[in-house]
Amino acid sequence: MLEARILAELRKIAGNINVATEPQDLVCYSYDATQMEYLPDAIVFPANATEVSAILRLANRERLAVFPRGAGSGFSGGSLPKGGGIVLVTTRMNKILSIDTDNLVAVVEPGVITGDLQDAVEKEGLFYPPDPASLRFSTLGGNVAECAGGPRAVKYGVTKDFVLGLEVVLPTGDIITTGGKTVKGVVGYDLTKLLCGSEGTLGIITRIIVRLLPLPETRKTMLAVFDSIEGAAAAVATIIRGRIIPTTLEFMDHSALKCVESQFSLGISAAAEAVLIIELDGERDVVEKQTARIGQLIRPLGLIDFKPAATAAEAEELWKARRLMSPALKKVNPDKINEDIVVPRSRVPDIIRRIEAIREKYGIPIVNFGHAGDGNIHVNIMIDRSIPGESDKAEEAVREIFQATLDMGGTMSGEHGVGLSKAPYIPLELSPEQIAAMKAIKHALDPNNILNPGKIFPE
Amino acid sequence: MDPLKRLEQEIKKCVKCGACRAYCPVFSVTGREPVSARGKVALARAALSGDIRLDARTRSDMSKCLLCGKCVEKCANEVPTDLIVLAAREALARKQGKTLFHRMMGFLLRNRTLLTGGASLVSLLTPLLFRRIPASSGLRLRFPLPFVGGRRHVPKLAAKPFLARHSEVIPGEPGKPRIVYFVGCMTNFIYPEIGEAAVALLKSLGCTIIIPSDQQCCGFPALSGGDMDTFRELAEKNLSALESHAPDYIMTACASCGSAFHRMYPRVLGERLPALAERFRALAEKTVDAAELLQKLGLHPRQPAGMPVQDITYHDPCHLRSRGVVRQPRELLRALPDLCLVEMKDADACCGLGGTFTVHHYGTSLGINARKTAAIKASGAQTVVTGCPGCMLQLSDGLHQAGSKARVLHTLEILARSLLKKEHVDPSSH
Repeated sequence: MLEARILAELRKIAGNINVATEPQDLVCYSYDATQMEYLPDAIVFPANATEVSAILRLANRERLAVFPRGAGSGFSGGSLPKGGGIVLVTTRMNKILSIDTDNLVAVVEPGVITGDLQDAVEKEGLFYPPDPASLRFSTLGGNVAECAGGPRAVKYGVTKDFVLGLEVVLPTGDIITTGGKTVKGVVGYDLTKLLCGSEGTLGIITRIIVRLLPLPETRKTMLAVFDSIEGAAAAVATIIRGRIIPTTLEFMDHSALKCVESQFSLGISAAAEAVLIIELDGERDVVEKQTARIGQLIRPLGLIDFKPAATAAEAEELWKARRLMSPALKKVNPDKINEDIVVPRSRVPDIIRRIEAIREKYGIPIVNFGHAGDGNIHVNIMIDRSIPGESDKAEEAVREIFQATLDMGGTMSGEHGVGLSKAPYIPLELSPEQIAAMKAIKHALDPNNILNPGKIFPE
Repeated sequence: MDPLKRLEQEIKKCVKCGACRAYCPVFSVTGREPVSARGKVALARAALSGDIRLDARTRSDMSKCLLCGKCVEKCANEVPTDLIVLAAREALARKQGKTLFHRMMGFLLRNRTLLTGGASLVSLLTPLLFRRIPASSGLRLRFPLPFVGGRRHVPKLAAKPFLARHSEVIPGEPGKPRIVYFVGCMTNFIYPEIGEAAVALLKSLGCTIIIPSDQQCCGFPALSGGDMDTFRELAEKNLSALESHAPDYIMTACASCGSAFHRMYPRVLGERLPALAERFRALAEKTVDAAELLQKLGLHPRQPAGMPVQDITYHDPCHLRSRGVVRQPRELLRALPDLCLVEMKDADACCGLGGTFTVHHYGTSLGINARKTAAIKASGAQTVVTGCPGCMLQLSDGLHQAGSKARVLHTLEILARSLLKKEHVDPSSH
């Protein structure tokens, strides 16, 4: 419970209706997509950077924890108010301030939904490529704070590759800007990049300048079915060696195909050990040529079937198995631990084999799919937490998977961030010196540790 | 049994991914998590575990749902948020008692004679009670009643309800389908011309039309207010009234009545009344929307299409969209001579009525409707066609308040006018 005088001050800053404290409010801002829950003491919905600044000044003075939150759709607990405090929701700051067609940049507030920005710039013939699966409901502020990725990262990169500048309220309440509307800029440290993926621990983003591209003329989807995971991995390497960079190279391994097929009977061949969904974009004739070329390149690699989509409806059909993944998983077991490891592209078959061995060892279903093009694999460990011992077993399996990933030169998280859920594991990946350097930055900007405490670093 | 407890497994299915935030029309206007589907499911779970009370605040949160079903369609885990909200409303009504509005409505819906009498009385007193509005599409009056709010404009009630106009059986040609027509309150009392169009179109196809005189309200308004007793009573009466005629099809021309039969009878009542479950399922299977049926029966224009002289646009009622009736009305409309169907932006976005939602949250309802009105205006069409009289009420209100002259017609009305070449299928309603 916050003291009455503090609530009064919050209300004075943001207005009565923008401070919520009833039990129903606390319940509804206690969770994210991890299914962990921590009740806050209050929720505040500021309208602008000035209000955010006033709230942080108050919190810093009173040593109160503040937890920034966008749509609350994160997969690592990054926005959860563990230990209680104030949840600061950015969704009222939801204006697209400008789309600059001369400089190919857009300036937005953090509460803008990523998909809405994409729609708006596409009307101008422009393109904002980062496409996290949550793009229809997650906010750009959250995307920047977590450095969201997506299938198109193969060709275009991730959120940080499109952020040119920010306006940020520091934990002490100071408002600063970083970067700007220019692609080049080397004056001082690159705070923009530092803040991208900082998980709301260093500042609250109140304005974002993103880089845009011209919208590609067309997009082409194709499905390739292989008789081995090695064939699919070789296909990825062969396509890229063939100097074609698809926008998207999604894969589903045998475990994923079996899982979807058993639930939805899509008619996936029993001989299929892996599937690639490949998307190209660009000028129509180039894309058509590349499609034919891909067909030739991957034919010798144990290809069972190759289906390029002729229409948007056909393309949607090819995505069907992938889109049915989530409901299919839910039918395997009620609880999902969703990891998003990354290994170098060439090591994808190795890590899949290792995960199969770990699955056998622990006897729990593990289903793999994800972004073959950049080695980012969604490892879904399906358990029933109501069965005693399941959770512990899963945790050990996770630790082994992380270790195997790191042994192959990979990283524990490509897109979801550390948040609460991976914090205990980061000493596996980061040295004590690395962690100390990061903590020094955190301490310099947030001396009282009031902003999103308990995240990233193990306690 | 506690209505929420009954749905505990469904409530647990929600993994809180937040995807529903992209689709909830109420959330799109209010922007607060307790209003989103994910929030409501979380509140239902918290109510079950005792973390929150079934108090006035919970009632307010649970009332902010249009039952449009979009979140249910889009949910990867198939969480039936509509049923969870209804269960919460039932639990709230049991705990706190029904609201005055729902008590009165339940009483009227259960007492058909009184309802019909009351409607006739209101119709008779209309010139005294209401202020006429000079409106292009006619029929609109100001409705200064409590609950409804002084601002809403509604059509006047029919002088003679539809059910009082026809004999129970209108014989057709031998060998042609027997259609039981479930009329619904909106058509019966407010838009009888929809019913007249339905009869005229089915007649033209040679169908035998049965309009059971003992049919009741579908019960959706009672269900929506958590009044399970009234809902159940009405559903059981309808079941007997409709199935006794051994129809080939049971036709509705109101998306929401159809949805009550399709989803709510089997899902909400089937489980509670195991003895009736099979019959509810059979009723649901026989129920078809009018556009779906007419297309199946091969309704088509008799004269070749000329140059289109007028643009029309089609609004998808949520309770047709959620049943997959999207293509059929459009195909019927595209085949009409003289008319050109133009698509508005987000034709399948909710109009914001939500039955009794609009009574409790008129401001939010209008906020949702504003986008619809803008989309209709932007389409340039002078006529909006839709398959639900509830949507018609809301669309007319929104367009009128925005100063638009566009008129609103039911799919059946425009089909009848265009195909049967009668300007007024039912002169008495005008």
